[in-house]
Amino acid sequence: MSPATWPSEGLAGLLILLTTLLVAGVAWHARGHLREHGVPAGRSHWLWPLLAAVWGFLTLIWLVSDLLTLYLALEGLGFCAVALMWLPGTREARRAGLYYLLASLSGSALILTSALLLYSHYGHLDFALLAQASAEDPRWRWLALAGLSTGLLVKAGAFPLHTWLPPAHAAAWAPVSALHAALIIKASLFLLIKLWWQLGPAAAPSMQLLGWLGAAAVLWGGLLAWRQATLKKVVAYSTVSQMGYLLLLFPLMASAEEGARQLAWQATWLLFITHALAKAAMFMAAGNLVLAMDCDDLKGLAGVGQQLPLSLLVFGVAGVSIMGLPPSGAFTAKWLLLESALAAGQWPWLLLLGLGSLLSAAYLFRVFAYCFTARAEAPPCRRVPSHLDIVPLGLALAALFLGLIAGWPVAWVQGGGLP
Amino acid sequence: MSGALILLLTLATSLLAAPVIFLLPERAHRTRTAINLGAALLKLALVAWMVWGLAQGAAYRFHLPVMEGFSVHLVADPLGILFAGLSSLLWLLTTLYAVAYLEASPNRRRFFGFFSLCVASTLGIALAANLFTFLIFYELLTLATYPLVVHRGTPAALAAGRIYLRYTVSAGFVLLLGVVWLQALAGELTFGELRLSELDEAYHPTLQGIFLLLMLGLGVKAALVPLHGWLPQAMVAPAPVSALLHAVAVVKAGAFGIVRLVYDVYGIAFSATLGLLGWLTAAASLTILYGSLRALAQSDLKRRLAFSTVSQVAYIVLGVSLFGPLGTLAGLAHLLHQGLMKVTLFFCAGNYAEELGIHRVDELDGAGRRMPLTSLAFTLGALGMIGLPPLAGFISKWYLGMGAVAAGSPWVIAVLVASSLLNAAYFLPPSYRLWFKAAADPAWPQARCLGRFETHAWLWGPALATGLFSLLAGLLAGLPYSPLDWAGRVVGGEYFP
Repeated sequence: MSPATWPSEGLAGLLILLTTLLVAGVAWHARGHLREHGVPAGRSHWLWPLLAAVWGFLTLIWLVSDLLTLYLALEGLGFCAVALMWLPGTREARRAGLYYLLASLSGSALILTSALLLYSHYGHLDFALLAQASAEDPRWRWLALAGLSTGLLVKAGAFPLHTWLPPAHAAAWAPVSALHAALIIKASLFLLIKLWWQLGPAAAPSMQLLGWLGAAAVLWGGLLAWRQATLKKVVAYSTVSQMGYLLLLFPLMASAEEGARQLAWQATWLLFITHALAKAAMFMAAGNLVLAMDCDDLKGLAGVGQQLPLSLLVFGVAGVSIMGLPPSGAFTAKWLLLESALAAGQWPWLLLLGLGSLLSAAYLFRVFAYCFTARAEAPPCRRVPSHLDIVPLGLALAALFLGLIAGWPVAWVQGGGLP
Repeated sequence: MSGALILLLTLATSLLAAPVIFLLPERAHRTRTAINLGAALLKLALVAWMVWGLAQGAAYRFHLPVMEGFSVHLVADPLGILFAGLSSLLWLLTTLYAVAYLEASPNRRRFFGFFSLCVASTLGIALAANLFTFLIFYELLTLATYPLVVHRGTPAALAAGRIYLRYTVSAGFVLLLGVVWLQALAGELTFGELRLSELDEAYHPTLQGIFLLLMLGLGVKAALVPLHGWLPQAMVAPAPVSALLHAVAVVKAGAFGIVRLVYDVYGIAFSATLGLLGWLTAAASLTILYGSLRALAQSDLKRRLAFSTVSQVAYIVLGVSLFGPLGTLAGLAHLLHQGLMKVTLFFCAGNYAEELGIHRVDELDGAGRRMPLTSLAFTLGALGMIGLPPLAGFISKWYLGMGAVAAGSPWVIAVLVASSLLNAAYFLPPSYRLWFKAAADPAWPQARCLGRFETHAWLWGPALATGLFSLLAGLLAGLPYSPLDWAGRVVGGEYFP
């Protein structure tokens, strides 16, 4: 990846649109969710300003082009996210939030140090100017990039720095986990891609390394998702697994084949968007199911399965996208990734995509199997008001049919052209 | 009406019936049944309209570009409509049967919702005009079938569901890989375009490899040995599901995919050039013999029928693999014939189980006197499977034999003879027991008396109807619009365009 024009307008526009849609959806859903859970107003009032701030910081991140803005926006986003995690006020939420804060701060420390290193050596903060200034002697750039990447990977919950993520998602309010999994951790990943795109060395080994980290995340996250006993943990580990696919962009971008790079680029953003929609829908549906079951235990799903609330169907529809089955955007993305790996001649990713598909089917169908289990005395199931299903249903359907209108987001993503 | 609109409407009947059924409350049995049957009748009428229209030379096509290299493309060509006709006819009959079969059992909303989705996906598979569209519905079928297989929610059902998924999800990925690879080589392929033969000869080994991947992907659903392991396990599903799975949905979808692959993606002549057909013949013959042998060893009636499916569906693949119009004719006609005969047998097995509590072959003694209509249907289906003239199975086997000679592999006739003997060995004893043996205990310990006649009219009616259809498909094979006649129309398009 040589310094190149970043297709800023199209991609940033698409992501801002997505952010606005998701934040609005989360806010609408959260109102009903908190009322159903009987959260006192003194606690829930904090949610609205925090959501607004998250929207602002995310928008800033999609548009960022220099290190200072990057650091400030990321830091602001991180503090808002920790505050959101703390809102339930339970012991688990406090503990998980604290762990998240520590992880996030150590990431920030690395990012700040690396940014200062770059500034002190090359005297610029703007990505493009930095790339020019460091062309002569890029050694410090590489060192700084390693630091920046590690920091961002921590914040993105990438394997093996993901351990803070599942407990945080399990303890937070479902709409908050939805927004966090859908966009907040992806913001760090976005920055990682952007930094590498503009400052990255042409050295393939480091990009292969990122790819292998992604592969490990896909497998490890999938395996752990398969072993969980609670619904929200399954969804949380599934996020760890899905984030790994996005890292496959790096090794594929190192390919010499122009076609392979183009396909990987399209696939990654299509997956980025589909996963944001589907995972948000899935977390909200999981929240509804937990409400219906009155506990987070997978075994309780047997009772819900007998009633077949809409939330269960929404969970299933979102699951189709997570498993990468047609006609979801994830399926089209998987197709493009396969085609890219074939064109680039990078065979291991074919195997990885296969194993990943199997694992995701394994952990999601395990959830469904609990729903279908017949029990003589199904535990009572609380009725979830149907307005709580509207937002997740809309998001899940959007993810499901994105594969059939994939030409539209891809055209936006291509906005600035490819090198 | 424009062609595209009719296509979409046909697809929408069962595809939209599913969410409507899901949203209805569980207790709304009458509304649900009305919607189900209304949609099934409408769909049958629309497909009949298209059959008639195709015979008049009309064209039905729907094309929606998704992005570069992808499009959703539906078309009603003679081959697709052959499968669509089977699917919509059997949807109607199976729905009737299922309504009666599941009377007073829990979770009917879930059952009929996924049932509609399952049928919608078979129709989509039938009408798909490229591999992307085909895959969409092929995977939807996997998803929609799982809840039906595990419907009872017992540990055995859940275990069967797990095995089913292990096979189908892995196969789905292998299929996707093959399709992507093919598309990477040749670009977007519309069925019937046959551009693969224009590729450079250096690509031929790759094309052979891709064919193998695609066959592995499709062979799981088509239950080709050694990929058939899930099918006998899936027998724990309720009888209407087994009927649907074996006659039209999953197994047939796999077989139909193989037909499309050989004729409309690779092209039969190019497949022969690549030397793929001989392997396919061998795999099909092996499956035919193995399935029959295993069926012989089963004492459970439904398991015997399941292994018989393994064997009978391979006849379709065998017909496809014999290069020449006669083999193709036999394979395609059998696609319909096997559906009619096998659905009959499963309906009957379900009736015996529901009304008399009979699950094993050796419990059938004397059941013919208690349930004459069901037993008549069973006998028609069984004799048809053996290939006795003038039943439908005879037509298939006759043309298969002729096709084998024409394709220069007369050894296939030996396979056919051996398989027919085995068929007779496992289908004649149950028929004999039904009619000629006296019941050990005339009181039928588990009899339930479900209706005025021998059982509920919606249970014996569909069974007898499909049984008679399989008789008529053989007797009237020479008439226009018979399965054989329509298969001949497809063959005309493939070999003499």
